[in-house]
Parts: sequence; structure tokens; C-alpha cells
Amino acid sequence: MANGAQIEHISFFELAKQNMRKLSMFIMLGLIMIVFAILTGGVNLTPRNITNIFIQNSYILILAVGMVLVIILGNIDLSVGSLIAFLGALSAMIYNTGIGLIPTLILSLILGAVIGSFQAFWIAYMRIPAFIVTLAGMLLFRGLTYIITNVTPISLRDDNFKKIASGSMEIKGFSIGGLDGLALLVMVVIIVVLVWSTIQQRARKIKKGFSVLPFKYDIFKILALSALIVFVFTRFAAYRGIPTVGLVLFVVTAVFVFITNNTVIGRYIYAVGGNAKSAKLSGINSEQVVFITHVIMGVISGLSGLVFTAYMNSALPQAGDGFELDAIASCFIGGAAASGGIGTIIGAITGGLVMGAINNGMSLMNIGADWQYVVKASILLLAVFYDIWSRRKTGLG
Amino acid sequence: MSGEYILEVENLTKDFPGVRALDTVQFKVRRGEIHCLVGENGAGKSTLMNVVSGVYPKGTYEGKVVFKGKETHYRSTKDSENDGLAIIHQELTLSPYLSIYENLFLGHMKTRFGVIDWDACLQDSYPLLERVGLKEKPQTIVSKMSVGKQQLVEIARAISQKAELLIFDEPTSSLNDDESQKLLELLREFRKEGITCIMISHKLDEVLAVADSITILRDGQSIISYDLAERRVSEQEIIRGMVGRELKNLFPKKEPDIGEVVFEVKNWNVFHPDYHTMKIVEDASFFVRKGEIVSFCGPMGAGRTEMMMSIFGNSYGFGASGEIRLKGEKVEFKNPKDAIEKGVGYVSEDRKSLGLILIQDVRTNITNSSLPMLSKYGVLDKDLEMKKAEEYKDTLQIKTPSLFQLVRNLSGGNQQKVVLSRCLLAEPDVFIVDEPTRGIDVGAKFEIYSILNDMVKQGKSVIVVSSELAEAISMSDRIYVMNEGRIKGVLDREEATQERIMHMALID
Repeated sequence: MANGAQIEHISFFELAKQNMRKLSMFIMLGLIMIVFAILTGGVNLTPRNITNIFIQNSYILILAVGMVLVIILGNIDLSVGSLIAFLGALSAMIYNTGIGLIPTLILSLILGAVIGSFQAFWIAYMRIPAFIVTLAGMLLFRGLTYIITNVTPISLRDDNFKKIASGSMEIKGFSIGGLDGLALLVMVVIIVVLVWSTIQQRARKIKKGFSVLPFKYDIFKILALSALIVFVFTRFAAYRGIPTVGLVLFVVTAVFVFITNNTVIGRYIYAVGGNAKSAKLSGINSEQVVFITHVIMGVISGLSGLVFTAYMNSALPQAGDGFELDAIASCFIGGAAASGGIGTIIGAITGGLVMGAINNGMSLMNIGADWQYVVKASILLLAVFYDIWSRRKTGLG
Repeated sequence: MSGEYILEVENLTKDFPGVRALDTVQFKVRRGEIHCLVGENGAGKSTLMNVVSGVYPKGTYEGKVVFKGKETHYRSTKDSENDGLAIIHQELTLSPYLSIYENLFLGHMKTRFGVIDWDACLQDSYPLLERVGLKEKPQTIVSKMSVGKQQLVEIARAISQKAELLIFDEPTSSLNDDESQKLLELLREFRKEGITCIMISHKLDEVLAVADSITILRDGQSIISYDLAERRVSEQEIIRGMVGRELKNLFPKKEPDIGEVVFEVKNWNVFHPDYHTMKIVEDASFFVRKGEIVSFCGPMGAGRTEMMMSIFGNSYGFGASGEIRLKGEKVEFKNPKDAIEKGVGYVSEDRKSLGLILIQDVRTNITNSSLPMLSKYGVLDKDLEMKKAEEYKDTLQIKTPSLFQLVRNLSGGNQQKVVLSRCLLAEPDVFIVDEPTRGIDVGAKFEIYSILNDMVKQGKSVIVVSSELAEAISMSDRIYVMNEGRIKGVLDREEATQERIMHMALID
């Protein structure tokens, strides 16, 4: 079989049409940015504001990464908002003992895993619907937060903690033409890696005799992604450099994109979500898959709680209220299906950015939270409607 | 022109993304006849009926559908039902947790001042059940009954709505021989009453037994229509029209090369998952040898599927007990994963809800059982995965535009091949296939028999659960006959006839 690759000839328009569903959320994000750029006279595209969008939404975006796994599984997790408060408070208490930032981070994630396993046990092995278990968790951990904090904020012993959220990565004195040198360097490295890996992959596919698209589409893809990267990183460079939380977000995203695309457990999550009975008869230990997924959600809640505590520079008893709904909305805007089996990490992140960009743009225009809710609701409904409509129309998915 | 024909389809063309499902189809049905529609899987039979009944609304296809002399403009099946056209789908559409009579009148309950008159519904359900020959209390919950009985409820529901044209999509595919005969008898009854019936079927003997006319579809085109009043048609002739080539043998030749006992089950018992005192399988013992195909026959509800699934890692029932020996060693299968790892594969009779993940692509469905084998430290080797999937697509001749096609868009026969691929890729020694040819056409059946034969040639053992006696007799080396949860006996290839099997199941 493997002799000579075939190149699929396909027009640009056809290709775009085929991938419309995948591309639609990026287009939506782009349009929203452009609309607000016009409405705010370009304020939303300033270096400071772009950096802010990332920082202000980081904890939701991190949550969305875990949430989309749960949703792909066909479940839902309502407890993450309360978990953020609980784990955020614990992390502040741990940090205030003076054991340092890294041990605090590790302990918080472990605690997240422990709490995640507690809920996962009821869901996976006791077969109680995730909705109910996490609804109980939502109440339970909010209560426990109030108990351990005495319903008063816990302030942090020093300013190091908050750097996780608001700090940036920098090398002192490394700047190019007034722009942050490290951000520009990272930008160049990412683009080089992108180009290199695209060429590598293509060569590998050709060598193994798989069919590939014409080279010009690879170039187009590289150019589009590069433009996006250049845009974001020059904004970072012109403000304070790459925000630390951006790095955290990048690592989390990269790890979970890899897990969903390239690992056995990732495939199992899709399989169980796609048809649990059939997955089980295919020899997939579905209880274990459900268990692991909810543990991951716990760990991610721990991380998100840590970031939120850092962002607020103290642990608040009311922290994370309603975050679960923002995270869930991000996943659905990003193309996940409520019935399970469908969804992507990148989709969830894009969905989260759509919500973030709307919040941000409307805040810049001095429109209050009241109307922000209305607009976000419409976007959620429309995005999901488009998704379902286009799926029905093409008979796919 | 409206007098003679109740249904006329002219130049019907229907496209799906990348596939032309129907291509300028012509199809005419006379008033009061039984018209059979035959064709291979993917020939477009179901699509045609879906267009006629409004599942695909007006505007999604080109061409003309004329029903009772008027061109139809159905927006949904509701419209066609009101017009007197009912379709009984291959997949049952009953609401599983409601009772028979609630299902019968779902959507058109008898009401008095806007309140449902359940007593009237109950009363009216008796003659309907009587008419379709279903001996169950109307209060029985539908999901507690066998598929065959559920289908009768579906038919009763259709005739309760004063339908003038009934469309049956593979009505006998999940029925045993006895039930099939009754169903055909029912069709003849309907004909007497002046109800027109269209039947889609793969079972040519049944087609020839009831049809007044036959239309053959192939690759989305209407090939030919026969009027059986004018002349007789042979099975061979129909098959030739369906496949476009002569099928010499319905069953491939097999030279048995049988070795020692590989798989043995002793004193197997299992109880109903909900009613823990109800025994579904009682004291069943059987064995399979190397290179042997063994079939399990028996009427619906004999407990064959239930037994196989409970053996396959407790996938059915409650409190299973008994002994399993694999290559002489006593083993226990805690779950399906365990069974697969120890070398047993199982292909479910219900490929859509238990076999496949419909929203996933062909590749993923093929490799789902074997991911650990295709990975290192939990990371998938995607190239290897593609290669394996490609390999099975080629050897089993799965017809799909690409490995990335969603399996829900494949025809039944090709879907079945995907399930088989998945099981084969996990390299089982013992292969349990439950109704492997249900709802698939003659050509694909032949291919599936060949696949099973290839497996035993490689020294594996195959257990087939089959409701088609002809299939079981021609395919297997031995036949176990089951009824009412017990193994009633075993027959060798030479001594097995349809009559003996039925006799053993029902009388001995």
C-alpha cells in the first residue's frame, strides 16, 4: 500500500467549507474582537488590554480545559466553582505557613486530586449521576470553605503568590526597540517550531504513503497561525512581557491537547462519551475512565483556585461563584456536545476567549454586568444553535 | 391515472454529502398489492422509503412523489401519517418505559374533554393486539419484551391509524422463522383488507412468498420491476439483479480442520438483571474446538444472547455462575476488558447501540479495542493505528470514502464489517458473533461468512448465534439448540436439518 503519497486536489473554497464548523468559533472570536475594536476605537486591541484579557480569564480558561473533558464524557461538573474557593483557601493557608510557592502549588494540586477522587468515586463506581454528585459537591465545598475561613478573606503573607496571576516573565534589561526581548524571542521560537513541525509531519505522511493536502494549504495555515502569534506576542512585548499565567495556560492547554489527541486515555474519554455501552463491550474499563476524568477535573480546579487566589491576592470565601457555568458555557460555545463524545480543548479555550472578549469589550464601553449577561446568553444560544444546525444540515457529527 | 397506482415515484434523486443515495429512481405501487423492494445494503431502499414517508422533507430531494394521485409535500412523518401512510422502521421507535397500550396510542390518544381516556385506550388495544397476534397483556412495559414482540406493537400502532399504505423496513430481520411466518401471514391479511404494503427485505424466500410485485434497487438506481402475476421470477434472477453478478453460492465452502477443545463452559446459570429470581439461562454447558464453527439456534427469547453476554465479562444479567475453561485452564472474566485480554471477542447483535460508536469515524471504531496494543506508555502510535485500520478496511473490504468517515453514514453491512474488524484487531482465539448477518444483504452476508471461515482456517474458534436456520446449518460444524434458557441438544453438521432443529427446540 505504502508506495507514493497521493495529494488530494481540492479547491480552497471546498476546503474552507468542509472545515467551516471547526473554523466558525475562531471566526466568531475574530468578529467579536473587530466589532469591539470599532466600538471602542481600538482600545480593546491595545497591548495592555490584550494582556488583561488573558489574565482576567485565565482561571476560567484553565477550568474549561478540565470541563470539556467531563463534557466529552457526557457528564457535567457543577462543583468546580466551590472547589476553587475551597482549594484556593487551602492553598492560601498552606502558603501562609511559609513552605514556599512550589510546595504550595504541588500540595494544592494533590488536594485537588483527592477531592476529585472523592467525587469521582461516587460518579464512577457508585453510578450516581455526575450532575447530582457535583451538585452535592457544590454545596458541600462551599460550606466547608465557609467553615475553614470563618467567612472572612484570608490574606497572603507576601506578594510572591500573586505573581502567578499578575506577574510576567522577564529577563532584566533584555529588550529590543523598547519591546520585551523575551516575548519576541519566544514568538520567533514558536513560529520556527510551527514551521518545522508542519514540514516534518508532511514529510512523514508522504513517506508512509498517507494522502496529504497540497502544500499551499500548509503555507496558508502557517501564515494564519503566525499572524495570530505575532499579534498576541507583540502585544505582550509592548506591555509587560509574557504574563506568567499565560505560560501556565499554555502548558495546561498543550498537555491536554496532547492527551486528547495522542493518548489512550484521551481516546477512551471520547469512546465512553460517544457510547458508553459500546465502549464497555469494546473492552474499555469505562468506570476507570470516568474516575480518571473527574480526578483530572479536581486537579485542574486546584490549579484554577490557586490562580484565582493569586489574582485576588487573597482567598475569598465567595470565590468562584458561578465559574462552573462560565466554564460550561465556554465548552458549548467551543463546539462540545451536551450528549457527549464531541468537543476539543482548543474549542473550549476559544469559547472561553469569546466570553472573555465580550466581557472585556463591554466593560471598556462602560456597559454593566446586566447587559453583559444578556449578550453572553445570546452568544451561547446562537453558537450552539449554529453548531447543531450545521451538523443536521450536513448529516455529520 | 390515480386509480391504479397508490404511490408513484418519478425521477427521484437524493444526495448526501459525498454520496448520491438515490439516482432518478422510478417506483410504482399498485393499490392493494404487496410490493417488495429489494437490493443490497446501501442500494438506497431505506432512503427511498424515508423520502416517501417524509423523514426527508420536501425540498431536500429532487423529483416527484405522488401518493393517492396527489403530489406530496410532507414536512415530516406526521404529515404522511395523517395522509394514511405509515412506516415501520428497522429500528424500533417505541418508548421503552411505557406499556404496550400507552405506546399504541402515543400521539393520538382517545380523549374526553381534553383528558385522556385510558380505559378506552386499553379497551381498544385488545383487538389491535389480537389482529397482529401478540399474546401479551396491554399493560406490559415494552422494554421487558423481546424485539420481535416490540415489532408487533409497532405494527399494531400503524394499523390503528387507519393506514392505507404500510411500509415495512426489514420487518423480519429480528424475528425468528416462526414469527416471520406469522408476520407474512399478517401482510396477506392486510392485502385482503385492501391495505397496500411495501416490504423491504433481504430474505428472498419471504419476498417470493408474499410479493405481488418486486422492484430491485442497485446503487441508488431502480433496476427493474417484476409483476409476479405476469410471470414467475427465481431467487437467482433477483440476486443477479441486486448484485449485478451471479452469486453461485450463498454460503462459501469450508473444509473443517478441527482440533482439541479450546473453550468450554460448564453449568452456566444467569438471572434476569431486574428480577433476580427469574432464571434466564439454566445449567448450560457447551464447548468449542479449535478450528470449529459452532452455532446456537433457537426461538427468540431462548436465552442465547443473554448467555453469551453474561459469559463475556458479565455484560448481562445478575448472579452469573458456572465454570469457563479456556485452553483447559479455568478462567474468570470480570468484565469485557478482561475477556478480550484473555482472548475472547464478542460481536453484539445490536451493532448500533452496543457495537459501534456512531459519532466516531471508521478508524476509531476499528481500533477502540486495541489501543493499548497500538501505544507505548499510554501514547498512541497514530501512524501504526492508521496502518492497522487501513489493513482491516482492505481485507474486510469495508466500503467507505475514507477512514475518517463517520460510521453512522455507512450501510449496515459495512458497519458490521467495522465491528468485526474491531474484534479481529484484538486477536481473539474465541470469537462469539451474535446475529452477524442481521439486516444485511446477500452479498455482504457472503463476505461475512468468508471472514468467519478465514478465522477458523487460522485455527481460531467461532461461536455464532443465529436465528436463520439455513445459515446456521450451512455454516457450522455443530449446532447447539436452545430454548427457554436451556440447551436442548446438539446436532452435527450432517444430521442437522431445519425440521430437526425446530423439533429439538420445541418438542424434545
